[in-house]
Amino acid sequence: MNSIITARKESVITYLKETFNDVGNITLFAARFFKEVIKPPYEIKEFMKQCYVIGYKSLPLVTITGFIMGLVLTLQSRPTLAKFGAESWLPSMVALSLIREIAPVITALICAGKVSSGIGAELGSMKVTEQIDAMEVSAINPYKYLVVTRILATTLMIPLLVIYADGIGIIGGYVGINIHSDVSLYRYISQVLESITFLDIFPATMKTFFFGFFIGMIGCYKGFNAANGTESVGKAANSAVVTASLTIFIIDMLAVQLTDLFF
Amino acid sequence: MIQETTTIAPAPVPKTNSPVIEIKELYKSFGKNEVLKGVTFSVNKGENLVVLGKSGSGKSITIKCLVGLVVADEGEINVFGTDITKIDTAELNKIRVRIGFLFQNAALYDSMSVRENLGFTLKRHAKDLSAEELENQIKDVLESVGLAEAIDKMPSELSGGMRKRIGLARTLILKPEIILYDEPTTGLDTITSREISELLLEIQKKHKTSSIIITHDMACAKHTADRLVILKDGVIHTEGTYEELEKSDDEWVRSFFI
Repeated sequence: MNSIITARKESVITYLKETFNDVGNITLFAARFFKEVIKPPYEIKEFMKQCYVIGYKSLPLVTITGFIMGLVLTLQSRPTLAKFGAESWLPSMVALSLIREIAPVITALICAGKVSSGIGAELGSMKVTEQIDAMEVSAINPYKYLVVTRILATTLMIPLLVIYADGIGIIGGYVGINIHSDVSLYRYISQVLESITFLDIFPATMKTFFFGFFIGMIGCYKGFNAANGTESVGKAANSAVVTASLTIFIIDMLAVQLTDLFF
Repeated sequence: MIQETTTIAPAPVPKTNSPVIEIKELYKSFGKNEVLKGVTFSVNKGENLVVLGKSGSGKSITIKCLVGLVVADEGEINVFGTDITKIDTAELNKIRVRIGFLFQNAALYDSMSVRENLGFTLKRHAKDLSAEELENQIKDVLESVGLAEAIDKMPSELSGGMRKRIGLARTLILKPEIILYDEPTTGLDTITSREISELLLEIQKKHKTSSIIITHDMACAKHTADRLVILKDGVIHTEGTYEELEKSDDEWVRSFFI
């Protein structure tokens, strides 16, 4: 019995040690980003390529999910609002819910699945096939070329994708409303714009920069630190999605608390 | 009927006794696994040194320590007279551009074509080159490895032997003075292995390079080595020319040549 308890204790201690070790390493990895990002040379071409891959190539997925988010939110909320005779509030409610919470979190989660796992698998594969080592022995800084460009691209592209998802979601809401009633686009948009203030948009957009930063950073960290062997490529991709998704929820929780405190 | 192939013996490369690489008492452990336990050897200018040893004996780790990919626990690594264990990354990078490294699987950048693979390194180290000069240098180096026609191919379209040649071309484009080969003929058929071995000799002759060749392929070792060292239990067990070691009194050493 005692040996079982000791073994459990040891495994918990090992797990905690590994977790703290991981957190420490991620922090150092992130700190290196701020050091490297300001130092020339700047890999503009690779950065633009990553913006295209991360931003433009995610548009179809974000369009479909954004539209469905708006449509489903409208259809699900309508009966409840109808009970209170508040159907006219539907455009405002849909717009506020999308802009403040649903679009940023859902889009970030989708990007964690698509982008973070993609970066983790790509860099993991480069690591195990010694491509990263090949850059290093050629006196090229692989962190600057591979990591800085990807983190910068996700930090800039995720907020743009979220803003785009907001717009598509609002259009989805318009379609949802018109399934049961007949509201003109002009009236719908006017009502949406009337209900949105700067304080709805600003904190929601600010947090998406953090979502983007961590999506890129976690993907790069997991890929860059993949162990040898092809199995570790899959592990890096999987671990990147799980960690990035969890981080998005934690940042969201902190962002809501800070928004309540300051706005 | 088996046709005999005649190969032209390359002209001897002048070798001097001034070492370009000197490794003294090199130690490296991974956790409790002590891989290198005081490795000491040197490579002279213009010399091809072949490193032999069983799998896991630390051959690859030794050359990775030479370019700073693996940090040694203890010991001295003098390259061109500078101890690379005592310098910062910026200084190390100045030495790295003078050393070429051919990885076991060539380590070509998957997302880039052959032209981009070669241009990627060159563009970053020769910034004043015009687009035309860059293209000419890429074509020249591809011709020197006999693969000028592969310029627009992606790495996935290349065979194992072609990948090694392109890897070698990427290494040569910076005109290195030292080249480190990590198992250059592994995974290749006998004929391609022979071609790669000949290419290694040609490079030594044409570019006057000094090399460390890690291999298990005794045909390659015989063909390319000026001198051999054998690693055993984390130290240099023995060294000498191919002929000397082939006739060694040590049975374990002779077992490599059977």
